[in-house]
Amino acid sequence: MSELAMLSAPQDELRPVLRERGQREVFCGLTGIVWLHRKIQDAFFLVVGSRTCAHLIQSAAGVMVFAEPRFATAIMEERDLAGLADANEELDRVVDRLLDRRPDIKLLFLVGSCPSEVIKLDLSRAAQRLSVKHSPKVRILNYSGSGIEATFTQGEDACLVAMLPEAPPSAPDGEASLLVVGTLPDIVEDQFNRLFEALGICPVQFFPPRQSSKMPSIGPNTKFLLAQPFLGETARSLIERGAHHLPALFPFGAEGTTHWLKAAADAWKIPEMQFRAVIAPGRERAKRALEAQKVHLAGKSIFFFPDSQLEPSLARFLAEELDMKLVEVGTPYLNRQLLSAELEHLPKDVTLSEGQDVDRQLDRCRAARPDLVVCGLGLANPLEMEGLSTKWSIELVFSPVHGFDCAGDLANLFARPLFRRSVLKV
Amino acid sequence: MQLTVWTYEGPPHVGAMRIATAMKGVHFVLHAPQGDTYADLLFTMIERRGERPPVTFTTFQARDLGTDTAEIFKTAASDAFARFAPEVMLVGASCTAELIQDDPGGLARALNLPVPIIALELPSYQKKENWGASETFYQLVRTLATAPAQPKAKAASPSCNILGATALGFRHRDDVIEITKLLDQLGIDVNVAAPMGATVEDIRRLPEADFNVVLYPEIADSAARWLEKQYGQKAVHTIPMGFQATCDFIEEVAALAGVDPTSVLTQHGSRMPWWARSVDSNYLTGKRVFVFGDASHAIAAARVAKEEMGFEVVGLGCYNREFAREMRAAAANYGLEALITDDYLMVEQTIATLQPELVLGTQMERHIAKRLGVPCAVISAPVHVQDFPARYAPVMGFEGANVLFDTWVHPLVMGLEEHLLTMFRDDFEFNDAAGPSHLGSKGHAPSAQTRQSESETLISVAPAMAAQEPSDTLSGLIWSPEASKELSKIPFFVRGKAKRNTERYASEQGLEIISIEALYDAKSHFAR
Repeated sequence: MSELAMLSAPQDELRPVLRERGQREVFCGLTGIVWLHRKIQDAFFLVVGSRTCAHLIQSAAGVMVFAEPRFATAIMEERDLAGLADANEELDRVVDRLLDRRPDIKLLFLVGSCPSEVIKLDLSRAAQRLSVKHSPKVRILNYSGSGIEATFTQGEDACLVAMLPEAPPSAPDGEASLLVVGTLPDIVEDQFNRLFEALGICPVQFFPPRQSSKMPSIGPNTKFLLAQPFLGETARSLIERGAHHLPALFPFGAEGTTHWLKAAADAWKIPEMQFRAVIAPGRERAKRALEAQKVHLAGKSIFFFPDSQLEPSLARFLAEELDMKLVEVGTPYLNRQLLSAELEHLPKDVTLSEGQDVDRQLDRCRAARPDLVVCGLGLANPLEMEGLSTKWSIELVFSPVHGFDCAGDLANLFARPLFRRSVLKV
Repeated sequence: MQLTVWTYEGPPHVGAMRIATAMKGVHFVLHAPQGDTYADLLFTMIERRGERPPVTFTTFQARDLGTDTAEIFKTAASDAFARFAPEVMLVGASCTAELIQDDPGGLARALNLPVPIIALELPSYQKKENWGASETFYQLVRTLATAPAQPKAKAASPSCNILGATALGFRHRDDVIEITKLLDQLGIDVNVAAPMGATVEDIRRLPEADFNVVLYPEIADSAARWLEKQYGQKAVHTIPMGFQATCDFIEEVAALAGVDPTSVLTQHGSRMPWWARSVDSNYLTGKRVFVFGDASHAIAAARVAKEEMGFEVVGLGCYNREFAREMRAAAANYGLEALITDDYLMVEQTIATLQPELVLGTQMERHIAKRLGVPCAVISAPVHVQDFPARYAPVMGFEGANVLFDTWVHPLVMGLEEHLLTMFRDDFEFNDAAGPSHLGSKGHAPSAQTRQSESETLISVAPAMAAQEPSDTLSGLIWSPEASKELSKIPFFVRGKAKRNTERYASEQGLEIISIEALYDAKSHFAR
């Protein structure tokens, strides 16, 4: 239980953090559905919410999703608000219609929203009720992606926590296994898989799985690496199941990836020489790719608006490996335990900010005139119009950016706006 | 509860944002949780606006519920006033805040700000985006346009207001420019164009115009009715979309303004009528089109489709129930029953059943048409970044008629190419699976893979109708292998129709197996 204690320990206050309270210009937790529904190929996400929820997911993702999406919204109407009994009946009817239309679905998530939380519609009871009805064809789970509870990537955290009880326990005396936690693009999973295999680490399981029937088994022999920094609750639940967290930098850039792989290699007692030999080709490729991008980025200043919780890790990568100057690193929520290694690597003079008052943050940003601003889609064009270069932060969660072979692509996401500005003569 | 895959309209507060964003000097304080700030990106990304919408969201969180959400609203409103110094403040609640009943109007008035506060009631669980935009514009007009106009000098030229253009509207930006030019040619001044581009002072001056031009009834009808009742300003209701509608509009405007329209009507300079009459356009005759959008655009597009392009309108509908009456009346003109629904799945089903040769719809129908392998042009909101072209591209007025011609013809296979495809279907480079030659290699749905198996199974006889596999064959009917092969020789842009007609004929004749003979019997039976 010591790891659990560590995760819940009071936060150290060594490094000052600017905490603000005002308008938060961020997505809610529903947005994670955009990538989760593509990752888990037999799952469907049914948001129980308002027209706003439907419009949000469609606007955040709609233009990217041309295939029939595996998500939908049960839009609540006036009469659903009048009586909860009726709302439950309505929900059952909607789920029946949906499952009738999509017989290929094996796992259905009922996803709570701001309005469903406020009227206290109990989706966990609804999920139990509906699971009984549709068992064994379809398993029905629930989590909340509501914006009054969850910011953007926290939706994935909530979704993974809801899925964990579905993961079977592993045999207590079984061999050690590695679990990589957090949605990764399939190609990145394959890249990591090859490295783990070469290192002699096996078996390796990924969570969430590509198919809901391929849930990882979890127990005291499970050691897990987090692939994403926003999975605090998932980590806590895994530790409660007896799994062991392997703390590390997150696998962004050559150094981050090395550190992350090393955490697993050490847990498997892989000899140092062997570790170096295995990772050398990938690490060299990453370094070469980064050298090419460094021309555009070295010495340039960068300002992060809060978005995905990836910000401190990305800032570390940009400062350490590409010599960028950090002005402000904003994050919607700073998990000091999961990020302790990252925070140690960050320069001491950077302003860390948590939460947001967007108008005041924009004032600071304008005053600092950074070379590059990382921000959401609502702010990017207005800042460009003011003459600042921007990188849309949402692309950082929609692109393959982890590991050695994506390090150059990750750097390129930041370099491209600067390069583009230097090319354009209009 | 309504199961929704895609929605045509956002919630009513997004409509209110469209009005606030279109205007100058207005700020909207919206009681809403953090996720609702996504709406900003509609304006900054889709429309490429270089400024944030003038909207402050309170972004309350779960821990604030039951304690101080009202206080959060007051702080946000007074901070927004101090920072943005608006001349008018709109206040309202999004769906979640509506449930916590904080009364934004009362809270804002208690701040005693020195500007008018307009409290919007936006019932999120009943109404939608267009309604919200209409209500917001109506409330602004009611609140601000309170003083009747001063009597005008006799010599002054007639003047009108152009009402309804908003942020995120389909081609509103260019329509207003085009109609302003047209009015100028008629010698009519535009007093105010609103809400797009209007200041608070402009709204106060609305009563000074002689009459109103309602370009977008979805947005401005209720405000125009109020202005008519209050100040006797008549409203022009013809939507000038299409050549004839533009002429009708000119006549209606000229009659109200007391000016002579003759020279504008005779020297219109539009190429559209000739482009439609020129022999090259012969191939457009009788193409079956499905029209769907907001009621005003869809009704206007249907008239252009039938009377100016020579298409056959096989389906017509809209997603906004507020205009169901107008839509039903229009559909009746084409002998159709209007499809009035905001259920995307139902629209998809209807298109699949009708098998049109062209879809004129919204971005939603563009998705559907792409899946079904049917050409599509967009005629209405909801909008997409592609609906904000860099070039001048109105859909109203005489230039708008030219734009419609080009836009609707573009996705189709062109006249002579259509004939060549019919004659030489087996040319290895030039065949219908390659799609229209001007649209690149992937113009239409069929892939190499469907082509290879083309002659073998029923599934692939209609590769262009990829989503309509054999299950769409009328029940009880079987295509003989020879007949399916023959069907596959018919070019994809008419194959769906040939298949449907043949099956209809076969079932009327009580045939169980469709032979080559039946295929050609049906062809002669339905010959047009």
